Amino acid sequence: MTDTTAAAVSGSPPARWTDYVVLLKPRVMSLVVFTALTGLVCARASMSPALGAVAVLCIAVGAGAAGALNMWYDRDIDGLMRRTRARPIPTGKVQSADALGLGVVLSLLSVMMMGIAANWLAAGLLAFTILFYAIIYTAWLKRSTPQNIVIGGASGALPPVIGWAAAAGHAPINAWLLFMIIFLWTPPHSWALALYTTGDYAKAGVPMMPVAKGGASTRRQIMLYSLVFVPFAVAPAFTGLGGALYLAVSGVGGAVFLLLAFRLWRSGSGEADGATSGLYEVKVGSKDARNLFAFSILYLTLLFAALLAEHVFGLAPLAAGPRAFW
Amino acid sequence: MSDPSNETPDAAKARSRRNLAIAGALVVFVILTFIVTIVRMGGHAFDHGF
Repeated sequence: MTDTTAAAVSGSPPARWTDYVVLLKPRVMSLVVFTALTGLVCARASMSPALGAVAVLCIAVGAGAAGALNMWYDRDIDGLMRRTRARPIPTGKVQSADALGLGVVLSLLSVMMMGIAANWLAAGLLAFTILFYAIIYTAWLKRSTPQNIVIGGASGALPPVIGWAAAAGHAPINAWLLFMIIFLWTPPHSWALALYTTGDYAKAGVPMMPVAKGGASTRRQIMLYSLVFVPFAVAPAFTGLGGALYLAVSGVGGAVFLLLAFRLWRSGSGEADGATSGLYEVKVGSKDARNLFAFSILYLTLLFAALLAEHVFGLAPLAAGPRAFW
Repeated sequence: MSDPSNETPDAAKARSRRNLAIAGALVVFVILTFIVTIVRMGGHAFDHGF
């Protein structure tokens, strides 16, 4: 470790093991574990519970490794944004080389272990996810295009496919339907947040949609993505994947999602110029953006929780016939 | 590498805890590898003659 001397010299507090845990983005990891576990259970494959647990652990560690690589690369701009300036590298607690080393080592270990514990399709998908997030999204798209989180969202959408592949050895259309749900959910979710943290992204030179195209264009695109997203969110009820519970949750939640997206579209979010003092303090007119952001997290959680509950408790899907095809 | 003789007590304690965390992670990795190996071999471990 090289951070102790650096910390002593700079006056920063010494790195604790918890600082390295923070590098792994535990909150993102928890969502990844949840969606990956859902994919693994929905596969309905005969897999040893021990190997299933190891597979989910591999996905969690791989996601954490991608998070560490992201923090290593973004160390120059993380210190400029309120949302990220308390991270271990900007605060001087962890040296950037240590974060890079941690990310690389955990990436290799998680992919190799996945290959041994499950299969090499799942391992390959995990490796692709890590590389996509660290290189395609973080190093390339994030600072170069307003479409950064649209394309980059693929990495966050892959965990249920990896979980499915780990259990079944293949990834059918239903697995990719779970991918599409998260993929299409990401733009409304991320842009709703960006609408009321625009100043931060502008300061760091990150061309998030509200920074590059303005509030009105962003709100219109959120509405359009929501119109495409909600049918995909309901679709598993008709492909043999989800049952009555899932249909109820996705239908009612989808209606609320569309209502909040519509309200946001008609609001002035992202256009108010007032300064804010707190990190998540809402600018005038941006309440609708915060509402959609908060509900989007709840909705995605409920969708996957409903699927998980139905498969764990053996509730029959509505359309059992075409299951083999899907 | 840092020079432990120049460390403050806080820094030394933090380094010691980090080392323990790394050791713990390595032990977990070894145990996981063992478990995966045993489960993957399943009942076939002794199918082949010596």
